[in-house]
Amino acid sequence: MNSYKIIDHEYDVVVLGAGGSGLRAAVGLSEAGLKTACISKVFPTRSHTSAAQGGISAALGNMGEDDWRWHMYDTVKGSDWLGDQDCIEYLCKEAPKAVLELEKYGVPFSRTEDGKIYQRSFGGMTKNYGNETVQRTCAAADRTGHAILHTLYGQALKHNTEFFIEYFALDLLMKNGQCKGILAWNLNDGTIHRFRAHITIIATGGYGKIYYSATSAHTCTGDGNAMVLRAGLPLQDMEFVQFHPTGIYGHGTLISEGVRGEGGYLLNSKGERFMERYAPKAKDLASRDVVSRSIAIEINEGRGVGKEKDHVHLRLDHLDPKVIEERLPGISESSKLFANVDVTKEPIPVVPTVHYNMGGIPTNYKAEVITMNGSEQTVPGLMAIGEAACVSVHGANRLGSNSLIDLVVFGKAAAKRAAEIVKPGMLHEEISKSETDKSLQRFDSLRNGNGNINTADLRLSMQKVMQSKCAVFRTEKTLKEGTKEIRKPFEEMESIAVKDKSLIFNTDLVETLEFDNLIRQAITTMDSAYHRKESRGAHAREDFPKRDDKKFMQHTLSWCNGSKTKIDYRPVHRTTLTNDVQYFPPKERVY
Amino acid sequence: MVQINLPQNSKVEKGTYYKDTTGSKNIRKVNVYRWDPSSGKNPRIDTYEVDMDNCPSKVLDVLNKIKNEIDPSLAYRRSCAHGVCGSCAMNMDGKNGLACTKPHSEIKGDINVYPLPHLKVLKDLIGDLSTLYKQYESVEPWLKTSKTNENKENLQSKEDRKKLNGLYECIMCACCSTSCPSYWWNGDKYLGPAVLLQAYRWIVDSRDEDRKERLKKVADELKLYRCHTIMNCTNACPKGLNPAKAIASIKKMLATS
Repeated sequence: MNSYKIIDHEYDVVVLGAGGSGLRAAVGLSEAGLKTACISKVFPTRSHTSAAQGGISAALGNMGEDDWRWHMYDTVKGSDWLGDQDCIEYLCKEAPKAVLELEKYGVPFSRTEDGKIYQRSFGGMTKNYGNETVQRTCAAADRTGHAILHTLYGQALKHNTEFFIEYFALDLLMKNGQCKGILAWNLNDGTIHRFRAHITIIATGGYGKIYYSATSAHTCTGDGNAMVLRAGLPLQDMEFVQFHPTGIYGHGTLISEGVRGEGGYLLNSKGERFMERYAPKAKDLASRDVVSRSIAIEINEGRGVGKEKDHVHLRLDHLDPKVIEERLPGISESSKLFANVDVTKEPIPVVPTVHYNMGGIPTNYKAEVITMNGSEQTVPGLMAIGEAACVSVHGANRLGSNSLIDLVVFGKAAAKRAAEIVKPGMLHEEISKSETDKSLQRFDSLRNGNGNINTADLRLSMQKVMQSKCAVFRTEKTLKEGTKEIRKPFEEMESIAVKDKSLIFNTDLVETLEFDNLIRQAITTMDSAYHRKESRGAHAREDFPKRDDKKFMQHTLSWCNGSKTKIDYRPVHRTTLTNDVQYFPPKERVY
Repeated sequence: MVQINLPQNSKVEKGTYYKDTTGSKNIRKVNVYRWDPSSGKNPRIDTYEVDMDNCPSKVLDVLNKIKNEIDPSLAYRRSCAHGVCGSCAMNMDGKNGLACTKPHSEIKGDINVYPLPHLKVLKDLIGDLSTLYKQYESVEPWLKTSKTNENKENLQSKEDRKKLNGLYECIMCACCSTSCPSYWWNGDKYLGPAVLLQAYRWIVDSRDEDRKERLKKVADELKLYRCHTIMNCTNACPKGLNPAKAIASIKKMLATS
C-alpha cells in the first residue's frame, strides 16, 4: 500500500459530513475554539438536508398554547415507546432554544401576522398529551431544510470552519477500542488523507439508497454507519425504516406532510377519505407509519387509483390558491415537474416511499457513541449525530419535523460535549500503520476489481431485494427469504468490475465504495427485521401484529463482519433525564 | 500576437461510439464531453446510443442509464434528483440547467451534454466551482444583528419576509453565473449573478443591520458594475429566479442612497 501518497493532518475534532447536524456541530466547535475540520463528499449545500420541506418542530407556542412536555409525549408515542425518554426529554426541552438560535443565524422563516415564526400542523403533533392537533412545526414555506442548510453553511463560514470538500471518507482509525481519526480520499487530486483527531463526529446521514424507491438522494449511502460496522461496533434499530406516505408515484420525490398540515387529504379510487377509518381522530395527520400502512392496505384491497391500482391521490385543490402559493410553492413545482400535475386543479398521485432511517449509530443524549459489553459503554473519541445516529429519540417511528430539530439539538450537544472533553493543544497519539493499510487494502482491491459484474447491477439487485422482502408489511417468509437473498450481492462483490482505475473524480469507484457501505447496512437491516418478532412503529409484521413489550421493549444491536451478523438487545431507557417531567409508561397507540 | 485559437491540448476530439446493444427501435444519440485528467489526452466527445423505451423523462435519467448500463466511467455530479441540491448543473443542448429537471423531450435531435461553460474542467462533466464558492464567502452570507435575546426571535413582518422570496431559494448551481459573458471574461473579479443575488438577499433582509456596509462592499467597478444587463442569468436559472433584477436593485439602491 506504499503506492498511495498519504497526507497527514491533526485536528482537535473532525466532523464527517456537512449537512444540518454536521454544520451545526462544526459551528459550535469553532465557537468553542477547537481546531475543527469538516469533511464532506459533497459541497455542504448539496447535502440532503436541503430536501427537507415541511419544517422543524419546537414548542414555541406562537400559534396557541404549547408545552415541550406535550411535544415529548407525542414523540414518545410516535416512537411506539422504543425511544429513550431521557434523550427525548433533552430534545424537546432544547428545541425552542435551538429554533430561536437558527432564526438569529438568519433562517428566513415564514411569519405570522405579528411577525413571529410561523408554525403549521404536522402528523402526530398534539396538545395536552394527545388531544387536539397543535401547530408546532416551524416553517420556511416548504423549503425549511434548504433554508436551514444554507444558513448553517453561512454560519460555518462566519466562524472560519476548515472544510475538506469532495473528500470521500474510507474508514475510522481505531486503537484499543478508541477512535483516533479517519482516512479519506481527496477526489479533487486523488491523494489519501489521514486525519488524527481527539474526537471524530459522524454526521453522514441515512442510508435510504439500500431501497429501490426512496425519497433519499443518490448520495444517501450511510457511509459513516458502514465505517462503524467495519470498526467492529454495532448499529442500532436498523429494522426501523420510515416509509413516507406521500412520495410522487413512479418517481419517489417527496411531497411534504405540510400539504396535509395545511389541509390536504388522501383519497382512494372510490373517492373516500380513507384515513377517517384508520385514525378517526387525527385522520390524515396520524403519524407516518400509520398513514403508510393505511395506504398499503387500501392498495392491497383493490382501492388504489391508476391503471395498476397501485397508488392513491393526495388532494389539495380545495385549498385557497394563495395558501398554496405562499406556503407550498416547492411541492407545486415538484408536482408539475415529476407528475405533470397542477396542484390547484388535480390531485397528486402518491405512494409510500422509503424516507428515513430511525436506526443508526447508538449514542447517548450527549452524542457519544455507545456499545454493549455486558453494559452500556461509551466509545472514546467517537460521536454520532443526525440521521446517522440513533440516540434514540425517534424509536420505532419518527414524527415529521422531528428530524430537523434532531440535527440542530444534537449537533449542538456534540459540540458542547467535545468542548468538555478536548482541551486545546492536547497531543495526538500515533496510529499504527496496519490500521491505515487495512483500509487502503479494501480501497485498492475494489479499485482493481476486474470481474464481470458492474456496481450498478449489484446495487440494483440489493435494492430490489430490500424493496420486495423488507417493505411496509413484513412476514417470517419474506424476511427469511430476504436474509438469504440480500447476501448474494455481497458475495458477488468478489466479481465486481470497476472500469475507471484513475484516482481523480473516479465516480465509478466512489459508487463501488458506497455500494460496499450500503450492502452491509442492508444485511443488518434485514437480519434485525427478521429477529424482531413483533409489530412496533414502522416495523409491521403480519405474523406478529401486536407490540410485545415484554420481549421487545429493547433496542436491537447488530454487528456485521463480512456478511455475518450478530444480533443482541439493549433495554430501552425507562427514566427521564430530570424531574421536570414524568416517565410516560407504554400504552396502546391510537390516533 | 494574441492567440485566438484553443490551445492544442484543449481541442475536442472525436471519442468512442457506443452502439446500442439492446436492439431497441427507439434510439437516441447522446454526445457527451469527456476528459480524464489522468490520461494526458485531449478532451473528446463520446457518443452513446441510448434505448429510450426504458428511460424516464429527464436528461439525468439518460446519463444514469449510460453510467449504469453502458459506461460506468462517465463522471458527473448528482444527488437529490429533484432540483434542490444543485449538483447536476450542466450544459444541455447549448443551455445551462439541471439535468434532473430538464426533460429530454425538450431537446430535438441528438442530445449534447457539456460541462457548465467557462469553468476549469476537473473531469468529464464536473466543473471547478471553487472561485464561485470563495466569492460567495466574500459577501458574508450570514445575518448581522446586535440583538442577542436568547428567548425571543427577531420579529419580521410578512411584508418584509416577502422581500426574501425569489432570493433565498437559490440552490447555488451556478447555471446563471456560467451563462454570463461578463463572468466568462472577468470571473475572477466580477462577482457574477449567483453571488450578487445572495449579496442582495442579505442586503434586503429587514433583520440585518449591516445594509450600508454590505452595499459599500459590492459597490465596485468590477465586483458589481461588470453586469451589463445581458439577462442570460435570468434565462438560465432552473429555479425561475431573477438574478438580473436583484443586481438592478442593488445598483438602484446605490444610485439613490
